Amino acid sequence: MGRYVVRRLLLMIPVLIGTTFLIYSMAWALPGDPFASRCGQRPCPESFVQAETERLHLDDPLPIQYGYFMLNMAQGDFGQTSNGESVLEAASRAFPVTVKLTVVAIAFEIVLGIGVGIAAALRRGGYLDGFFLFVSLVAISFPAFVIGYVLQYFLGVKLGLFSVTVGRGAPWEDLILPGFVLASLSLAYVLRLTRATLLETLKADHVRTAIAKGLPRGMVLRKHVVRNSLIPVITYIGADVGILLGGAIVTEGVFNIQGIGGMLFHALSIRENATVVSVTTLVVLVILLVNLLVDLLYARLDPRIRYE
Amino acid sequence: MFSQKTTSPVEEGKPEVDENQPLLQVRDLSVVFRTREGSAQAVNKVDLDLARGQTLAILGESGSGKSVTAQAIMGILDMPPAEITSGTIKFRGKDLLTMPEKERRLYRGQRISMVFQDALSALNPVYTVGEQIGELFTVHRGMSRKDAKKKSIELMDKVRIPGAAARVTDYPHQFSGGMRQRIMIAMAIALDPDIIIADEPTTALDVTVQAQVMELLAEMRRETGSGLILITHDLGVVAETADMISVMYAGRTVEHGPATKVFANPAHPYTLGLLESMPRLTGAGDRLYAIPGLPPSLLNLPSGCPFAARCPRAEDICRQDPPPPAVEIDGTRFSACHFAEEVVAHGVR
Repeated sequence: MGRYVVRRLLLMIPVLIGTTFLIYSMAWALPGDPFASRCGQRPCPESFVQAETERLHLDDPLPIQYGYFMLNMAQGDFGQTSNGESVLEAASRAFPVTVKLTVVAIAFEIVLGIGVGIAAALRRGGYLDGFFLFVSLVAISFPAFVIGYVLQYFLGVKLGLFSVTVGRGAPWEDLILPGFVLASLSLAYVLRLTRATLLETLKADHVRTAIAKGLPRGMVLRKHVVRNSLIPVITYIGADVGILLGGAIVTEGVFNIQGIGGMLFHALSIRENATVVSVTTLVVLVILLVNLLVDLLYARLDPRIRYE
Repeated sequence: MFSQKTTSPVEEGKPEVDENQPLLQVRDLSVVFRTREGSAQAVNKVDLDLARGQTLAILGESGSGKSVTAQAIMGILDMPPAEITSGTIKFRGKDLLTMPEKERRLYRGQRISMVFQDALSALNPVYTVGEQIGELFTVHRGMSRKDAKKKSIELMDKVRIPGAAARVTDYPHQFSGGMRQRIMIAMAIALDPDIIIADEPTTALDVTVQAQVMELLAEMRRETGSGLILITHDLGVVAETADMISVMYAGRTVEHGPATKVFANPAHPYTLGLLESMPRLTGAGDRLYAIPGLPPSLLNLPSGCPFAARCPRAEDICRQDPPPPAVEIDGTRFSACHFAEEVVAHGVR
């Protein structure tokens, strides 16, 4: 187990180098003036461009530029945003907001997705089952921004149940609606996955054994059906945690949330290359770590899986 | 996540029964499976009797209704699609079929227990074997988890699993096939039931292990004094352990009687065919006999005797309704054949 973790951690190094190199080269390959954002969206003075070219080693071949960039990052220098703030500082302001949004979204996935999935499976073919299958299909079919705007308009503007945008510091109550919108797609998948695996497990031989042992129905369901069915569901939700922590560009945009997704989108639109590459690197690192945790959790849930 | 804290152990105890009543009496049991293609008559007016200490073998090929009969007795049929359309299953005089599920549950595991065919899939992969044996004691006897674990080790010792104390915390996949089936047997005898139903307990095992598991099952039956219903298509197993034999074909009991008599002198052409299709050590070089044809579809049973189409002795009367009734022969056994006396006396040719 320990050796497995060490090997997985070591494997992260080439993955991290590969992804950041791709993003670095793509960011600089984008058309447009990479410095204009520093000079009020106008061409910068020749002297400034020269100084920047020098500083970022832009005259060197791409791998060497990238090498310098990584070297700086390894020393804790993540570059600066266009208004002169250090990227690391800006990111450490945005990341807690994204974490909070993720927590709300995952809570919806667990409580509603698993809960309703179980209820639907146990009433297979009933009205409730049919209703939620339909609703989940709708959630899967509509893009997140449509669901976002529709709910924002009706629940926020018309009924005034939720705040329409998220205020400074992203208080929890403001994040309920955005969290639900962000979760909607995965929520639908979790619901369907829970329902499908539960129906599968209900037919399993070991469940018949549990009934033949004279266990009460509730215990058969809790201990021998739900527990087994949740293995793939929890794995799915775990992987989703990693994805959500990477920031939600659309949902953050709709609700004006100052998270990682918004930061990345802003940086991309004004060609703030240092921010794009640094933030993406952080996001990749988070996703890799969360995936490792999910794999370890999977082994905890299913004793048949052992990592050597 | 779903820890045992939420499943508070209930002290339930064994349901009281009248020991003077017959152990098990199945009468006129019919089970129909409602499928999209139509209704399949899986069990057709079956009678069964089991006395204390007796071993009854239900013999038949796949689809003959033997497993469905067992599941109906156990109360673990999937309903729907299955439906019990007629009959009674009386355990010590109490009809299990009319009993409310709340009461019926208490019979399962405590009065009637079951050993399944494939122990790997019949055991839950995510719990230790100790947990799975032990839950019988926490649920039905209100024991603490610690005491239940002790009981589990005792039982694993009893079914001769080496190093039981160390292996009680192992998971099913860490055991060999034979050892897993021993764990199934340990669960079946845990609460000292009156009837053990073994549904093809050795089919999924290596030939070398089959004999050991059968021997253990027979030994446990002797020790507990319970009745054993052995469902199998293995004639060798039947010959060694059964007191009584019921032969099933296409959902019907075609012959029923003491094992020695049925084996020595079958009273139904189907039983005769089964015995002849068994490989023998003598007569090397002969082709192995096989009953020609296939069993009829349960969705569309022919009129008359279901075996008529494959029977070398069949005459016109066999293909007409009603099917041959069970007739008593030499006062000990029954055969559902118009020519039963003749088959006993001369065989089918």
